[in-house]
Amino acid sequence: MRRFQTITSPHVLLETSVGQVMRRVLYAMLPGVAALVWFFGWGVLVNLAIATAVALVAEATMLAARGKPLAAHLGDCSAVVTAWLLAVALPPLAPWWLTTIGVLSAIVVAKHLYGGLGYNPFNPAMVGYVVLLISFPREMSTWLIPHGVGQTQALTLAETLRAIFLGAPVVDALTGATPLDVLRTKMGLGLSVAEIRNSPVFGLVSGHGWEWAVLGFLAGGLWLIYTRAADWRIPTGMLGGLALISTVLYLINPQKYAPPWFHLWSGAAIFGAFFIATDPVTASATPRGRLIYGAGIGVLVYIIRAFGGYPDGVAFSVLLMNIAAPTIDLYTPPRVFGARRG
Amino acid sequence: MSRLFPFHGGLKTVRHKTESNALPIEPGPLPRRLVVPLRQHMGNVAKPSVQPGDRVLKGQMIGQADGYISAAVHAPSSGVVAAVEPRPVPHPSGLADLCVIIETDGEDRWIEREPVDYRRLHPSDLRNALRNAGVVGLGGAVFPSAVKLNPGGHCERVDTLILNGAECEPWITCDDRIMRERAAEIVAGLAVMAHLLEPLKVLIGIEDDKPEAIAAMTAACAGTGYTVRAVPTRYPSGSVKQLIFLLTGREIPEQGLPLDIGVQCFNVATAHAVHRAIAHGEPVLSRIVTVTGHVQRPRNIDVLLGTRFADLIAQCGGYRDGVERLIMGGPMMGFALHNDDVPVTKATNCILAASAEQLTPEQPVMPCIRCGACVDVCPANLLPQQLYWFARAREFDKARDHALFGCIECGCCSYVCPSHIPLVQYYRYAKNEIWAREQEKEKAELARQRHQARQERLEREKQEREAKLRQKAPPRAAAETGTETTGGAG
Ligand code: SF4
Ligand code: SF4
Repeated sequence: MRRFQTITSPHVLLETSVGQVMRRVLYAMLPGVAALVWFFGWGVLVNLAIATAVALVAEATMLAARGKPLAAHLGDCSAVVTAWLLAVALPPLAPWWLTTIGVLSAIVVAKHLYGGLGYNPFNPAMVGYVVLLISFPREMSTWLIPHGVGQTQALTLAETLRAIFLGAPVVDALTGATPLDVLRTKMGLGLSVAEIRNSPVFGLVSGHGWEWAVLGFLAGGLWLIYTRAADWRIPTGMLGGLALISTVLYLINPQKYAPPWFHLWSGAAIFGAFFIATDPVTASATPRGRLIYGAGIGVLVYIIRAFGGYPDGVAFSVLLMNIAAPTIDLYTPPRVFGARRG
Repeated sequence: MSRLFPFHGGLKTVRHKTESNALPIEPGPLPRRLVVPLRQHMGNVAKPSVQPGDRVLKGQMIGQADGYISAAVHAPSSGVVAAVEPRPVPHPSGLADLCVIIETDGEDRWIEREPVDYRRLHPSDLRNALRNAGVVGLGGAVFPSAVKLNPGGHCERVDTLILNGAECEPWITCDDRIMRERAAEIVAGLAVMAHLLEPLKVLIGIEDDKPEAIAAMTAACAGTGYTVRAVPTRYPSGSVKQLIFLLTGREIPEQGLPLDIGVQCFNVATAHAVHRAIAHGEPVLSRIVTVTGHVQRPRNIDVLLGTRFADLIAQCGGYRDGVERLIMGGPMMGFALHNDDVPVTKATNCILAASAEQLTPEQPVMPCIRCGACVDVCPANLLPQQLYWFARAREFDKARDHALFGCIECGCCSYVCPSHIPLVQYYRYAKNEIWAREQEKEKAELARQRHQARQERLEREKQEREAKLRQKAPPRAAAETGTETTGGAG
């Protein structure tokens, strides 16, 4: 007689892991990050490096404090994903302490104090972002002018490091507002959308340079959908919602409201749709719920952009919909096989 | 050709069919000793009808069907009954169950067989014949076929009879082989079923990775009006609910039966057993078992019930090095056995000796990240991650409200979960807890009723005593207890 181990079925599993899903998100960000580096210089990479390092240290410390196995949880790469999502959203010359505060807010407070991976109700990266936006509005809006706009010379790595770590001042001509900022402030001056968009900050569709980064993130995002690391319903809902409301208002008054393609291609719309809103932990969990959840974010982004106090609204919209997610789930359960229709 | 109705979710799993489906079915050994469990079917365990020392002939009944939902058990070969006692049986618990142990005499001498013409028999006699022949679902569910062939008042009529030849679990090929080699007998058995149920349509569903079986069955069906339908190879198309939906577009209610929607469904091997029982008078004494995985020569064997797993492994040349798990059934829904010294039963469709490479190594369980991968593959269209939360938090009522009992335990959710959560294990646990609580409740209710009956009896006796006393007592005392007496009688 021979004895064997007994374990319950199924006895074969798909080769997948949380780490694999998270690493896919990182890979998918690479094309967009490359475009950002090209147009905004070394600062983007330095930010990513600082954020990653801080995130790993914070994650390890918190895991140790909570008595969780380090190897399994650090290996899941979820902290790195949070770090990257936040770093990409920061100005390229953000001082090191800004990045650090943002990442600590995300990992320590938003993630671990709320129960850690799988339990946090709010998107950690967006919590970090909003903390910074509210506490340090000036630092958060000082963006570099993309390479190729005006007669500017890109900063060297040394200059970048000096600016980030020592706070060395950067020539004013090199910094400027983001295209959405420009749109916002100039609209305040009574200019029409078409006039404003003649400004050199704008490229073919949206902001010069920015639009290439958006293209990169779109490519990566579609790959995420293809590999099923992200659910197609969330970006579809979000971009659909944004497109719908911006089209309606554009048709009502094209002088006052930017066209839908500008909205879709500006700011963090694409990046947010594929990379931020798709964070499964904090999103709605039902199939229909995810469409609604996405659409809610899209509509809120537009409302904040067009009528709110901030140029872009992805972070606020995501956090608002995070709150709504459990309720959405409650009202959108799938129809169970064999249940009566209607 | 009518259309198919693809079900939600499901998986493309590994197949591993070719290891065992190339060779013809081989006869199994005639062991010196057969250990025949009396519980080889759903429902009441069969009542032993032999005693130690009795001589038995092949095909002789050794366990009687006990009640309506039960089936008889027979001696798979001739010999002497050595014992009637509990022995380990293939069950996840590893516990023992009542078995008849037969020392075979090697003569394999048959009892007198009585073939019948099913067209001449009254339907209820025909069903009785099947019950007495021990015919049960051989797909693995082992539900007594006679019960399923009696729609009774359950529905208006069975308009569709479905034969399940999907065989969607990886590694298993016993249905594939039986369809290739014994198609005519399967169709003959199907005719008996159709005779009893009088359906308008008879469909045979086979996954399209079995072209030879499809061809053989199609040829055997020529002129019968039965239709063979190739269904896409997608796990779990062989699950009753999914196959019926695929072929008819109708959904069995969450906790319902195929009969609720006018359908009945049997496994191909069951149809074969029906034919043998009716046309040859042979009860179910053997079944086809796929022995595969990490053994020297995987194959399908026609095995006498009660044969030890170890003997079959030996017939296949023994284990190869590095077998880690012995699974009865397939890798998706089968269960791991503690050892190979257990007998083959009517439910044993496959013995999978799996090596480490053929299994997925155990991985650390991570928290649920609510990724929804499980939702996308769940054929029951449930929210597996939510059921998991409820089961973990022991919120069983909520789990039930979220259709826990609609879960068919197919394992698709566990298969895709990036956090490696043993989801199905949680659902089984929750179901068991709920059943246990219901039993507790029933028990408590029974106890309460018993208590009440006892109280009433005591009260009655007391009153009777008093009444007797009163007859002898002076009239004044009788007047005092008078109201009490009328109250008690009312
Ligand atoms: S697949 Fe696993 S991790 Fe993903 S939602 Fe389902 S249970 Fe959670
Ligand atoms: S085991 Fe149950 S919950 Fe999981 S996929 Fe199958 S039916 Fe759905």
